[in-house]
Amino acid sequence: MKIIVCMKQVPAAATASIDPLTKTIVRTGRNAVTNPFDLHALQAALDIRKQAEGTVTAITMGIPAAEKVLRDAIARGANDGAILSDRAFAGSDTLATSYALSLGVEKLGGADLIVCGKMAVDGDTAQIGPELAQHLGIPHVSDVCEILEAAEDHLVVRREWDDAEQEVYLPLPALITVAKGKNLPQLPTIGGMLRGRAAEIAVYTAEALQADVARCGLKGSPTQVVRTFTPPVRGQAQAVEGNEQQQAEKLAMIIQEVLYGKD
Amino acid sequence: MEKIKNGALWVFCEVQGDALLPVGLQLLGRAKTLAAESNRPLYAIVLGKIPQGGAELLGASGADEVICSDGPAMKDKLEQPYADCLIALAKQYQPDILLVGATPFGRAFAPRVAAALGTGLTADCTELSIEEESGLLLQTRPAFGGNMMATIKTATQRPQMATVRPGVLPLPEPAETTIREPIMIPYNEAAGLARLLKETAITKGADISQSKIIVAAGRGIGQKKNLKLVQALADKLGGQVGASRPLVDMGFCPYSSQIGQTGYSVAPDLLICCGISGAVQHLAGIGGAKKVIAINTDPKAPIFAVADYQIVGDCVTVLEHLLQELDK
Repeated sequence: MKIIVCMKQVPAAATASIDPLTKTIVRTGRNAVTNPFDLHALQAALDIRKQAEGTVTAITMGIPAAEKVLRDAIARGANDGAILSDRAFAGSDTLATSYALSLGVEKLGGADLIVCGKMAVDGDTAQIGPELAQHLGIPHVSDVCEILEAAEDHLVVRREWDDAEQEVYLPLPALITVAKGKNLPQLPTIGGMLRGRAAEIAVYTAEALQADVARCGLKGSPTQVVRTFTPPVRGQAQAVEGNEQQQAEKLAMIIQEVLYGKD
Repeated sequence: MEKIKNGALWVFCEVQGDALLPVGLQLLGRAKTLAAESNRPLYAIVLGKIPQGGAELLGASGADEVICSDGPAMKDKLEQPYADCLIALAKQYQPDILLVGATPFGRAFAPRVAAALGTGLTADCTELSIEEESGLLLQTRPAFGGNMMATIKTATQRPQMATVRPGVLPLPEPAETTIREPIMIPYNEAAGLARLLKETAITKGADISQSKIIVAAGRGIGQKKNLKLVQALADKLGGQVGASRPLVDMGFCPYSSQIGQTGYSVAPDLLICCGISGAVQHLAGIGGAKKVIAINTDPKAPIFAVADYQIVGDCVTVLEHLLQELDK
């Protein structure tokens, strides 16, 4: 079975900043980490590879420094990696990103199974997986928390939602997005890290993918950020002063007042 | 179907089991104003079986027409067949705006529709409005990095698509309606490739979005064992425990207690925030709280900007003293 895992480098939360001009996230690669959900996606792919013989290829779109997530994926057990990197991809929203990824998948000769993380923690949209599946014209199941069965031509997966738990029979080729479920991402081994460091990472530009540049990057992104602003504040909060004991005493009175009125 | 006009505002109204989910009605309530401001008809879209009395309820919630598309492919509520059906409808009737509740299913299938129609989709909006000069939909959501909100629009492609979390918007007051039946549009495609093998309803505990008193914990709570204090205070006040996203990510608290953009929106009479710094994603979920008490060691924590009472101190120590105080 040929498996492709989509991974994303995200800024560590506290260090993110916004470009004042394009109002998109500044991506420097410094302080960047692999999106946590993507590690669960990778682990799911590795677990499936154990049951149904095959290969796992990690793919990402990003600045050249983002190849770090691919080397890390190889260190954790992926067979190889490919990065889609081009200035033409900068500023992509989910439509432009999923379009580029769909070309990447085709460039790699397609896949029986594509695995994405449930969402990336920088955008929180959870849209790339479903949009990619649509571009490729294959079915998908979002928020998978357990692979119950992995065969050559199908998967049986389980997902848990707020209000329901489902088991779905999914014929391949297909795409799944993986939530933090039962799988526990394994740490890289020493041998894996050496393989990751030495690996040849394939780099594909927009031209190599024969991408329609009108569908790439900022230009190919229908959503535009009109403005960013700080949310309105409530007005000055009333400070409750004193040491913790005194604060607690005053707080007890405030709570009584709020809940039961002033008397 | 000459009754159905192009360029309308559509609200996808999800059916779960044999009931319409409230988020569809909440969206219709808001969409009614948006539709009036921009002179668009407002349609409620139901896929699969529409519940008894559903069309009337949607009409009373603001829809000018209720459109229902059903067929053999809609038997299993899965991403691909539902997306394909909505794509077919949208291609035929060209909506100008398409709103979807950001339920797990809405978030899972709506992106397919956006990709197929080559349009943008803004996830988890907390506010929707119409830009006066252009009539475009302004979609506001928390932005990543910095304590910022972003307003987004889709200027060049149609429909303009956005999802909104359940509970962010109020339920509309039911109004008079003449609608009794939906306009039925048969969907004759064969069933999708994926099959639902089993579905078990999960019975939720009391819903935090309805809770009147919430004691919420964030990373400042320190160790997991300190959550006992939070629970004890909630019990004493007859409220529920809420949590910020980091605590849920760390496995300290269940998702059902998560407050914020990717969790639940809450509107309690009293919200006590213990060790929550107040990331903009979290603040997006507490806009409806009437009184907010915040306890945090950092006097610059953004949570204080939305608090009525500010306690600069260690929440664990304050909670310990407070519990003793309330026992007196």
